Amino acid sequence: MPFNNLETLYRQVIMDHYKKPRNKGVLDDGNVTIDMNNPTCGDRIRLTMKEEDGKIVDVKFEGEGCSISMASASMMTSLIKGKDKETALKLAQIFSEMIQGKEYDTSLDLGDIEALSGVSKFPARIKCATLAWKAMEKGLYSRDN
Amino acid sequence: MDVRKIREQFPILNQEVNGHPLVYLDSAATSQKPLSVLKALDSYYTGYNSNVHRGVHTLGTKATDAYEAAREKVRQFINAKSTEEVVFTRGTTTSLNMIAYGYARVFLKPGDEIVISIMEHHSNLIPWQQAAKATGATLKYFPLQSDGTLSMDDVKNTITDKTKIVAITHVSNVLGTINPIKDIARVAHEKGAIVVVDGAQAAPHFPVDVQDLNCDFYALSGHKMLGPTGIGVLYGKKELLEKMEPVEFGGEMIDFVELYDSTWKELPWKFEAGTPIIAGAIGLAEAIDFLHSVGFDYIQKHEQELMAYAFEKLEKIDGLTIYGPKDLTKRSGVITFNLDGVHPHDVATVLDTEGIAIRAGHHCAQPLMKWLKVTATARASFHVYNTMEDIDRLAEGLVKSKEFFTHAF
Repeated sequence: MPFNNLETLYRQVIMDHYKKPRNKGVLDDGNVTIDMNNPTCGDRIRLTMKEEDGKIVDVKFEGEGCSISMASASMMTSLIKGKDKETALKLAQIFSEMIQGKEYDTSLDLGDIEALSGVSKFPARIKCATLAWKAMEKGLYSRDN
Repeated sequence: MDVRKIREQFPILNQEVNGHPLVYLDSAATSQKPLSVLKALDSYYTGYNSNVHRGVHTLGTKATDAYEAAREKVRQFINAKSTEEVVFTRGTTTSLNMIAYGYARVFLKPGDEIVISIMEHHSNLIPWQQAAKATGATLKYFPLQSDGTLSMDDVKNTITDKTKIVAITHVSNVLGTINPIKDIARVAHEKGAIVVVDGAQAAPHFPVDVQDLNCDFYALSGHKMLGPTGIGVLYGKKELLEKMEPVEFGGEMIDFVELYDSTWKELPWKFEAGTPIIAGAIGLAEAIDFLHSVGFDYIQKHEQELMAYAFEKLEKIDGLTIYGPKDLTKRSGVITFNLDGVHPHDVATVLDTEGIAIRAGHHCAQPLMKWLKVTATARASFHVYNTMEDIDRLAEGLVKSKEFFTHAF
């Protein structure tokens, strides 16, 4: 049975993150906790981060949602762990541009997240992909205040 | 009656989506509209667009006549006693909010009770939550049986002498459950409570007789019953509408306006401030004509056949769970399900690539999702234009979704 159309969305690496999520759980010693949900569909995420001197030392997520939202959370946490805050926020901006099908900066190492670029062809699913990233941005900005 | 003939009246169905002929199974979200409804909107705007109940010119009279004829058409459709009891609104949500604001918040006191059910759509839940908070009344819930129906014993036990309002959906937008409104109304009235019915998922599918149901308020939406978006109805018994306060003030709803006080027009216009939804009402009347020309006998029979066939096909799919009553005489319109190991959004995306439109999510019923112990579900819903082939395509699409998520990686 041909699945060509679907495989632009559900790339193998995405399904791998969905079925074997990285950084799943809640940090006991985190200093940032963000709960976010997508009210239109019921997906939800809890993101815990440990930030020290402007660096994301550790990060975990737990939640419920579709393959795209959970794979995106897994990829995002893998990518930002160990990075400084500014880089994480820059990656969030790059991700946002990529997911909307815009030109995006490729000078940074994007890890697995480029596999999600196909989501831009499925407008109804863009919000699934951005949930974890919005949580991360909100968490990091809240530390500024 | 032939479904192919009916489908000719819905040209939108005759298109390809993602390279496949469209299968539209999302009528519970909004139904498609027949040509006659579209033509009625067009001829109003091209022929006699004018404001109603105002000037004396010819087009204005024509528009007023059509608008008020639509009200009479709705009166007959739900068998209200008079057109005074038929208020045009923006839709079910607006109608229910008007009751919560203009009746509940005005007449409820601390200690009074509002009773609703766990299966309510947010639009028949949040207005009551807010009214309870504002008045100090208590919000209570009818529990559900394991098959997603209400038991009359629970209804009798939940409604007390303190209960002032019982608000209940006629048909659940998730479970498809048809609730025994007439029996609930009898119990409520014995205790002195009024009954508010959310008819959004009922009016499109079977005849509604508000006098027979003996409900006090009934709300419905035009766009779910083959009519345009933006038009709905609030039915209320005359004596209640007379007591009820208007929620919106302004032009058209007044009798006399003085500097520091004003008086309201008689029913139903005291509830229709501003320029009403003229084209919407005219389109809704045309949708009612269409439903009657096909006939509810045919519509009900056809939809029951679709439902029975959908049950037969979907129950064969390994790992598929159907929610709501298995007794098909107790349900209408929707079939909600989950596929083991595949999130409903992913199911909906796979189906969409096959040209099949369903709904996935919480269906504006988060408390019910919690009761079902799921965060989201997939839902296919029917109307008179759906075919047995649509159900075949749905079943094939679901098998494909399952294969894709189980074997493609």
